[in-house]
This record gives sequence, structure tokens and C-alpha cells, in this order.
Amino acid sequence: MTYMTTGFATPLAGYLLVAALLFAIGLAGALTRRNAILVLVGIELMLNAANLNLIAFWRYGPHPEALTGMMFAIFSIAVAAAEAAVGLGLVIAIYRHANTTDLDKMNRMKG
Amino acid sequence: MNPVFYILAAFTLAGALAAILLKNLVHCVLALTVAFAGLALLFLELDAQFAGFAQILVYIGAVAILIVFAILLTEGSELPKEGVFSNTWFVGLVIAAGVFAVLGWAVLQGVRAVPQQTAVPVVTVHDIGNALVGRYVLPLEIVALLLTAATIGAVIVAMHEKEGPR
Repeated sequence: MTYMTTGFATPLAGYLLVAALLFAIGLAGALTRRNAILVLVGIELMLNAANLNLIAFWRYGPHPEALTGMMFAIFSIAVAAAEAAVGLGLVIAIYRHANTTDLDKMNRMKG
Repeated sequence: MNPVFYILAAFTLAGALAAILLKNLVHCVLALTVAFAGLALLFLELDAQFAGFAQILVYIGAVAILIVFAILLTEGSELPKEGVFSNTWFVGLVIAAGVFAVLGWAVLQGVRAVPQQTAVPVVTVHDIGNALVGRYVLPLEIVALLLTAATIGAVIVAMHEKEGPR
């Protein structure tokens, strides 16, 4: 496989830029949305962006047969699943308590 | 850079953008599923078949469904009167843009220093299984413990409180 070396046209840089953009979109979602579930969606997007970085570095790194990046991504997927389960459980518990998922209304713990 | 990459990247980013911009929560999750599918296809494009199919199974099969359940158990798809973005949305947007600027600058500056392998890695699922129960067996056990604890914790947190005098 050959590729041009002008601009950012190496494959690795392309994947890293897509991951950076995905991370920024997830961060914007987590910081700007009102609904707690959409904040969790933003966090999931950020975790996925990190996974894409890991897989891209595994693919274009020097020792793909060592499987380091691949294993990191697989464990990261498992941890993200656990995070989603606990996070959504918390949202449901808070909804029962406060009857809202609006984060701007959950201001009872002001310091 | 082949055109498949550009198509998949556009697909993924459009799904992610729609997931955080749409008003109806159920539509958001559908767009999120599109983004997850695009990421799985990007993993396949990167010759990481196992991670790609794990992505489909875990994210599209479990996480997206879990989020739909959470939405329907809470407010459903009704639109809030105050709008979907928080009062401080502009600050969040500025922070996200700043983070993207720093990340993009670091990628464009640093990627030339990384040696790049272009040969397709020959890794079978057999190798991944061997690595999981060989070198990575301790992380595997810890993840198993974490998933068990997280499942029990999620059930306990979301369980109905006992009725009784407050």
C-alpha cells in the first residue's frame, strides 16, 4: 500500500483527526445538553473516539502482532459498557427522586 | 487515503453531530447508533475485525438499547419547554472547540515523528484469544469482576425504594 506524504494525507493522521473531531463533538454534547442521558451519550462518543485512536495506533504502529492497542480497545469497550449501565441506573434513580433528568434543575447540592 | 475512509468518516461524524444536536431524545439515540455503526466499519477498515464486531455487539446491541430503555423509563421523547441546551451552552462549545484545536494541532505536528507500518497485520481471532487467556489474563479477570460489580450496582441503584413512612 502506498500513500502520499503531502499535507496530512498519511492514513494515521486521517484517523487521528477523525477521532479528535469525534471527541470534540462528544465533549460539546456532554457540556451543552440539558438532559442527563444525552450527557452520557456524549461521554460514550468520547470513549469511542479514544478507541478509534487505539485501533489506529495498533494498525499503523511498529508491532501490531503484540496486540497491545487492540487489547486496550477491547478492555475499553468492556469498561464503557459497565459505565453505561451504572450511569443510566443513576439517571433512573435520580429521575425517581427528583422527577426530572434536567441537569440545570438538579441544583440541590450547591456548595 | 482511500475514498472508503472519507465516506465512513463523514457517516460517523454526521451521526455523532446529529446525536448531540437533535431535539427528540429517541432520534438522538438512532443517530448515535449510526455513529456507532460507522465506527465499527472504521475498525473493519483498519483490519481490526474482532474489535469491529465487538463494537457492533456491545454498542449497537447493548448500549444503544440500554439508552433507549433509560429514555423511555424517564421522560420519553417529550420536548422540554426550556429548550434542549443548557444555559451555559456557549462556554461548553468554546471548551470543545479549544480541545479540538489542541488535539488537531498535536496530531498535525506529531504524526510525522511516528514511524508508520503500512503492511496489513496478520492477526487472527485465535491469536486474540490466546493473548486474552495468556498475557492479558489478569486484566480479563479484573474486567469480569468489574462487569459483575457494575451490573449488581446498576440493579441496586435503579431498584425501587421500599414503600414506607419517610
